[in-house]
Amino acid sequence: MFSHKPENFEASEAKRYGKNNRSKTVEYKYEAYDVAVIGAGHAGCEAALACARLGLKTIIFTISVESIAMMPCNPNIGGSSKGHLVREIDALGGEMGKNIDKTFIQSKMLNSSKGPAVHSLRAQADKADYSREMRQTLENTENLTIKQAEIVDIIVEEGSITGVKTYTGGIYPCKAAVLATGTYLKARCLCGETITYTGPNGLKAANDLSDALRREGIELVRFKTGTPARMDKRTIDFSKMVEQFGDKAVVPFSFTTDPASVQKEQVSCWLTYTNEETHQIIRDNLDRSPIYAGIIEGTGPRYCPSIEDKIVKFADKNRHQVFLEPEGLHTNEMYVGGMSSSLPEDVQYRMYHTVPGLENARIVRNAYAIEYDCIPAIQLKPTLEFKKINGLFSGGQFNGSSGYEEAAAQGLMAGINAAMKVLGRDQVILKRSDAYIGVLIDDLVTKETHEPYRMMTSRAEYRLLLRQDNADQRLTAIGHDIGLIDDVRYQHLLQKEVLIYREIERVSHVNIGAGPKTQKLLEACGSTPLKTAATLAELIRRPELTYKMLADIDEERQNLPDEVTNQVEISIKYDGYIKRQLSQVEKFKKLENKVLPDDICYSEIHGLRIEAQQKLDKIKPVSIGQASRISGVTPADISVLLIYLSQNNQKQHEQESSASENK
Amino acid sequence: MQSDTIAAISTGMTNAGIGKIRLSGDDAVAIADRIYRSPGGRKKLSEVLTHTIHYGYIYDGDCMIDEVLVLIMRGPNSYTREDVVEIDCHGGVVVMQRLLETVLKYGARLAEPGEFTKRAFLNGRIDLSQAEAVIDVINAKSDMALESSLSQLRGSVKQKIEKLRKGIIGNIAFIEAALDDPEHIQAEGFGDELAVQVRGYMDELQKMLDSADNGRIIKEGIKTVILGKPNAGKSSLMNVLLGENRAIVTEIAGTTRDTLEENVSIHGIPLNIIDTAGIRQTEDVVEKIGVKKAIGFAEEADLIIYVVDSSTEMDQNDENIIRMIRDKKVIVLMNKSDLKPVVSCSDIEQHLQAPIIEISAREETGLDAFENTLKDMFFAGDIHYNDELCITNVRHKAAIAAALESLKMVMNSINDGMPEDFFSIDLMDAYEQLGHIIGEAVEDDLVDTIFSDFCMGK
Repeated sequence: MFSHKPENFEASEAKRYGKNNRSKTVEYKYEAYDVAVIGAGHAGCEAALACARLGLKTIIFTISVESIAMMPCNPNIGGSSKGHLVREIDALGGEMGKNIDKTFIQSKMLNSSKGPAVHSLRAQADKADYSREMRQTLENTENLTIKQAEIVDIIVEEGSITGVKTYTGGIYPCKAAVLATGTYLKARCLCGETITYTGPNGLKAANDLSDALRREGIELVRFKTGTPARMDKRTIDFSKMVEQFGDKAVVPFSFTTDPASVQKEQVSCWLTYTNEETHQIIRDNLDRSPIYAGIIEGTGPRYCPSIEDKIVKFADKNRHQVFLEPEGLHTNEMYVGGMSSSLPEDVQYRMYHTVPGLENARIVRNAYAIEYDCIPAIQLKPTLEFKKINGLFSGGQFNGSSGYEEAAAQGLMAGINAAMKVLGRDQVILKRSDAYIGVLIDDLVTKETHEPYRMMTSRAEYRLLLRQDNADQRLTAIGHDIGLIDDVRYQHLLQKEVLIYREIERVSHVNIGAGPKTQKLLEACGSTPLKTAATLAELIRRPELTYKMLADIDEERQNLPDEVTNQVEISIKYDGYIKRQLSQVEKFKKLENKVLPDDICYSEIHGLRIEAQQKLDKIKPVSIGQASRISGVTPADISVLLIYLSQNNQKQHEQESSASENK
Repeated sequence: MQSDTIAAISTGMTNAGIGKIRLSGDDAVAIADRIYRSPGGRKKLSEVLTHTIHYGYIYDGDCMIDEVLVLIMRGPNSYTREDVVEIDCHGGVVVMQRLLETVLKYGARLAEPGEFTKRAFLNGRIDLSQAEAVIDVINAKSDMALESSLSQLRGSVKQKIEKLRKGIIGNIAFIEAALDDPEHIQAEGFGDELAVQVRGYMDELQKMLDSADNGRIIKEGIKTVILGKPNAGKSSLMNVLLGENRAIVTEIAGTTRDTLEENVSIHGIPLNIIDTAGIRQTEDVVEKIGVKKAIGFAEEADLIIYVVDSSTEMDQNDENIIRMIRDKKVIVLMNKSDLKPVVSCSDIEQHLQAPIIEISAREETGLDAFENTLKDMFFAGDIHYNDELCITNVRHKAAIAAALESLKMVMNSINDGMPEDFFSIDLMDAYEQLGHIIGEAVEDDLVDTIFSDFCMGK
C-alpha cells in the first residue's frame, strides 16, 4: 500500500526544502538600484519594463534566464475576461499584448455571437517564441539589468525596504522592490504519491525567501494549481477530433499593432471529449489523488479545476471537453486542455488513453499539481504595496491569483506604483469602474480568497463599459499621464475619439427618408420598412441592422477606420444600456469617494459588530466603497461608518471654524 | 448647508384634540407670514420676537382654514438650529392635511421622513451620544430586534421583498455562470424562461405599488374571516363585536347579500371582518355561491375566527371547515357556552392547533378572553397584515417603482432579442432597488437612510 505521509514528515520536509548551510557565504554589496524586481515571469516582466521605461534604474532577478516569461501551463494568452486584461495592459503601456501579437500561431475572438461586453480575444502562443521575444525586449530595454540569482532575503529598515539579498551573498540596495515570485516559493510538484521539490517544469524552487518574509511579519498561505499532460502530436489520431480554426480576420491584441501585420497562416486546435470510461478510472483512483488523499495542503482553483475535480463536482455530466493545443510551431508537443491532474502516472496513463484520439498517444510530460507559498493579498494596499513595509510591492500569482494575464496585470500596476513611489508621484489605483484590472486588484486586496483567484466576466459589475474594444479609450490617457504611453500614441487616441464623437453626432442627425431605395435595403436586411423618416442612428439601433449595412443609404458617409465605426455602432446600438450602467457607476463612485482615514480605530466605533470591527481593522479599507465589499461587513455596519464619518467631518468643520475664529 | 424650508405634520395622523405642523428652514417665517392673519390683521410674524406664541388664523388666499397658535423659534436656538415655526391647530386629519397642503403651496417642501432630525444632526444640534442612539436603532433594525407591533408591516414586506430578490439574484447568477462556464451551463433560449419569471415579479410589485396608492392601510386592517356552519352564531358574534362600545372605523356594506364586511378596532388593532355564509354542503344554487365565496375569503384571510356551536354535535361540515383552515391562523370560539355543551374544547384540540375560547355571543361572555388572545397573537407577530397593505413609506414606494421600471427594461431586452448578458444590467438594478427597502443594499446617502427611520415630523 501507499504511504502518503512518511514518518517524521516535518523533518524530512525541512531537509528536502534544503536548509542550506550558507554560514560561509561572504556578503558583498552591489551598486544601488531604484527598483528591484524579484521574479521574471509575466508579472515580473511587466513590473521591470514599466519601471525601466519610466527612467528608473531597475534590476530583475530570475532563477533562470531561460525561464523569463515562461508559460508553464496553457499555451495561450487571453480568453474570456483575460483577453480584457491583456487589452488593458496594452492600453496602459504594458508589453503582454505586443508580445503575443508577435508570437501567436492562432487567434480567435470568443463569444462573438454575444454582446460586445463579453467578446474576448484569445490567441495560441508559440511558447518558446513568446518567452524568447519577451526576453529580448527585456534585454534591450534601457535602464534594465537582468540578473540570474535567487533572492533569499529582503532588507527592511525602519519599516521601509532598502535592499534585497541573493543566495550567493550579493546585497542590492534599492528604493523599492516588487515581489513577483509566482509559484516558486517552497514549491513542490505532485504526481500521485510522488513528490518532487521543484518549481514548475523541474526548475529550482526558492526555499529561503518565505522565511525572510515571515520574519518581516508577512503572512503566507499555501495554494495549489495544476497542469495537464503534453502529448506527442505524431501519436494523436486527429480524425476522431473536431478541428478548431482561428478567425479568418485576426484582431490584434495591441492597439499599436497594425491589423494587416497579423493576418497570417494559423494552426488548428482540436476538440475531443472524455467519456464514462475515463470517469470510471478517475473515480476508482480518487484515493490516490494527493488532493483527495490529503497530501496537498494548498487550495486549488475552483474555476480552473483538475479533471478529478470536475468528475466529482459535475457528477451528472457524462463527458467533458478536451482541447488539444499546439505548444508551438517547432515542437510536436500538444497541450491537453481541460485535463489537468495530480493523479499518479499509471492512472494518468490509463485515463488519457480512454479519450477518443488519444488511445495510442505518447505522453511527453506528465500532468502534475504544484503547491507553493503565496500571500493573502489583504496585506496589500490597493496600490499593491505592503501595508507593513514601505516600498515593498507585490504582484502576480504570489498574490493568490492564477493565470498569466492576471499576473501581468498586477505586475504592471505594482511596477507602476513602485516607480511612482520612487519618483515621489501619486500612486495609481484603477477603480472597478475603470478596468478589469481594477476589479482584479480590488477583489484581491479586499476579499479574502481561499483559492487561486481567476479573472471572470461575472466579477466585473460594469462590464458593458469595460469592453475589450474600448480599453484604449478607458486607460490610454492614464498610461500617458504615468509616462508609459508616448505622445504619438496619445494623440492618435485623441484623434480617434474626435472622429467617433463627430460620427455619432452625424448619424444621430442624418435623416433617412422612407424612399424606395431605403425600403429596398431594409427589406434585403430583413428589417421592417420605414413608415416615416428616421435618423440613421434610429436604424442602427434596430437589432438586425448594423452601421455597415446602411452604407448605401448614408450618402454623406466618409471612409472611417474600423476602430472608429465599431465604436460608433456600439455607442449607438447600446446607448440605453450604456447610460444605465453609467448611472450605476455614478452611485458606485459616491461610496468610493468617501475616504476612510487609515488611522481609524474600528474597535472603538460604537455600534459596529465585532466581526466587522475585526475585518475592518485587518483590511483597513481606503473608502466606504471598499469597506462595503469586505465579507462580514453588512450594510448596517456601513451605515454606522457613514454616521461616524459625517460626525467626524462635522467636528472637523467646527474645529476649523473655531480655529479660524480664534485667529 | 441646506436651507430650503421643509414642513410636516409632527403629531400623529389621528383625530386627536390638537395637531401640529412644523416648518424648518430659511423661509419658515416668511412662509408662515404668507398664510397667517392676526385678529387685528396687522401683525407680521417676521417682526415678532423669537420664542413667542401668536394667536390667529391660517388662510389659503381668502379661504380660512383654521384658528391657530403659531410658535416662532429662530435659529440657532431651535431643534434644527434653523428658523422653526410650529402651527398648532385644532387637529383632525382633514384640517391638518389642508394646513399642510397650504404651507406646501406657499413655498415649503414636504419633509422626508426624519428630515428634521437629520437637519438637527447636520447642524450639530445632536451630540455624539444621541447619534449613537441612532446607531443602536440601525443595529436593532438589522437584527430584527425592533420588530414589534409597529414594524409588523415591515415584517411581511420584508419576506415578500426577500423572496423577489432571491428570485432575481438566482437569474443573474445563472446568466453569469453561463458566461463564465459555457461548457457546463448554457444560457441559449434562457430569455423565454426569464420572461415568465420577470412577468411574475412585475405583477407582484405592481400589486404592492397599487396598495400604496389608495391608502388602504387606514381603511382596512387584518383581514379576518368568521367561519362556521350555519346557525353557529357567526352573525351574533359580528353584532357583538360591532356593538356600541366597540369603535367602528368605517362601515362598508357587504358587496353581496351573502357576506358582510366591517372594520373594527379592538385594543387598537384594526380588523377587517368578513362574516360569511354558513359552510355546508348544499344543492341550493345561491347558497352554493355563498359557500364558495366563504371558502375563497378564508384562503386569503390573515386570521380566521372559527365559530363552533358547542350545543350541537360536530358533523361533516365542521370537518370540512377544519380541513380548510388547518394551515391558517385561527382562533376557535366555542359559542353558546350558555347552553348545555355537547362539544368540548378537547374535541376541537384533536383536530386543530389553535387557541380555543368559550363564549356566549348572546350573553356577551368570554369576549375579554377573545380580545386578549387576539392582542397577544398580534403583538407576538403571529398575525400579519395582508401583504398588499404594506407599502406606506414614500421611499419604499419609489424603490418599488424603480425596480418595476428596471424589470420592464429586462422585458424589452428579451423582446428585442438582446444577448443574455444584457439582461443582468437591469436585473441588478431591480435587485439593488429592492434591497434598499429591506436595508440589504448600501445606500449612497448616509444621513437620508438613517433618519428616514424616524417619524416624519420629529
